[in-house]
Amino acid sequence: MIDPIFLAEAAVNGLLLGGVLALLALGLNLIFGVIDIVWIAYVDLVMICMYAVYFLVQVYGWPIWIGSLASVGLGALLGIAVHVLIISPILGSAPVNQLLATGGLLFFLQSFATFLWTTDHRSVRLTLPTLEYGGMFLSFARLVAFAVALLVMLGLFLFLRHTYIGTAIRAVSQDREAMALMGANPRTVYVVTSAVGGALAGVAAALLIIQYSVHPFFGAAFGPLTFMICVLGGLGNMIGAFVAAFIMSEIISIGGVVWSTEMGYVIAFVIFIIMIFVRPGGLFARRA
Amino acid sequence: MGGHLGAPHFQMLTVTGLTKRFGGFTALNAVSFEVKEGEILGLIGPNGSGKTTLFNCVSGALTPSSGSIRFGAQELAGLTPDRICHLGIARTFQIPRPFRKLTILENVAVAAHFGAAQRSSEAEARRRALEILGLVGLATTPHAPTTLLGAGGLKKLELARALATGPRLLLADESLGGLDSSEMAGAADLLRRIRGELHITIVWVEHIMATLMRVVDRVVVLDHGEKIAEGKPREVAEDPKVVEAYLGEKVVLA
Repeated sequence: MIDPIFLAEAAVNGLLLGGVLALLALGLNLIFGVIDIVWIAYVDLVMICMYAVYFLVQVYGWPIWIGSLASVGLGALLGIAVHVLIISPILGSAPVNQLLATGGLLFFLQSFATFLWTTDHRSVRLTLPTLEYGGMFLSFARLVAFAVALLVMLGLFLFLRHTYIGTAIRAVSQDREAMALMGANPRTVYVVTSAVGGALAGVAAALLIIQYSVHPFFGAAFGPLTFMICVLGGLGNMIGAFVAAFIMSEIISIGGVVWSTEMGYVIAFVIFIIMIFVRPGGLFARRA
Repeated sequence: MGGHLGAPHFQMLTVTGLTKRFGGFTALNAVSFEVKEGEILGLIGPNGSGKTTLFNCVSGALTPSSGSIRFGAQELAGLTPDRICHLGIARTFQIPRPFRKLTILENVAVAAHFGAAQRSSEAEARRRALEILGLVGLATTPHAPTTLLGAGGLKKLELARALATGPRLLLADESLGGLDSSEMAGAADLLRRIRGELHITIVWVEHIMATLMRVVDRVVVLDHGEKIAEGKPREVAEDPKVVEAYLGEKVVLA
């Protein structure tokens, strides 16, 4: 029998992990919702940004918060670059080509990172305390990451809800032709969306590098999980992705304590496969 | 009719030899006509005659295969829809296409914000949107979701969005479809007021012929992608070619 305190600790850790996963899923979902393309290489952009924070903070000695801001800026620039250089030229072609192109980017980024920085695991060493609460040990870094992820998601919500460009992003995701007739250039909306999606990847990178070490295959660990969360929540459905992120992170975290980390992932993926059969449109789809 | 501007009629839209092919199918074949400033022009024709394709070419959703569409002196063929919107042309869709995730007011405000050639401030766009909702008769529940609206309300919202972009020329696609007779009379009256109060020139595609014929100044008739008649409503209604195009069904004038 497992000590309930470990289960409680796992549940809290799952919650904290869920915040960052939700952030990743919302970024991927935002881009999909507007441009109708899944950036397979999304978490690999996160990986590049994590290296950026690592070098700025660990090698050049920048304060972590400035390194994090730089990561957000770099993410936005990478987002724009991906759209302008890769997506935009093939926007009119078959969706599978666009998918393959971002898949190609994934391998390019992995190989590029391996070539430049080798397969060494690198981490930013911050002296952050571990908090004890009622017998549970909680990492301060995770708490910070969770809080920042929630704040950024709230910011994203307010941006989409209360600015005209945000409203246009929501509108284009429903009917791009009608939005163009209302005078909003869909190309501009696409570039802004890609920049916002990229910036969210930059935020996620800053939150992940204080918890995990970065290596060229970081995307292989978090990429499929992020994609799975988006599908589980219903591709393009922001609320669905938010909820699905926490469901998945809890399964992984609690499964990890009860059995093993690997088993946690196995259970998460099995549940995902079952859900695909039961609710192919996502958790919140109106029609199954 | 149509002389309310008191000035010689300025040609607002000049369509010359407009042809649109989809593969081997010719949807529009060398169609030419003009729209004069301040008039309401009816565009009629049986199903599949090319009316909506023509609207799509003018609004920029489709690029013409050949021919020219001039708005004043500006050639429109090849311009993007957002550019054409900024020049002062708006269109409504036959089947209303509201942004479902946005409120009624947001739907109109986003059009007011992005549609103007000079991008307006948020407060200004909101103010204009409310004004237009008042004009079309939707001002009572601006913050409600669009799902609250019935067929008539959606048609009004469609019109409000188009008007919010500040057009000089409005392409109205079947504004009456799905409305009951009193709503229809109201909608026809609204188009007259749009012309009269906002000084917007209108091209109106409509299936409900009797109502259309009472409102428009002139009519252009399309059949199988070709213009078969043009003129005053009464002349057109009696044109044998028009009668034949409608399978012998006499166009009823009230």
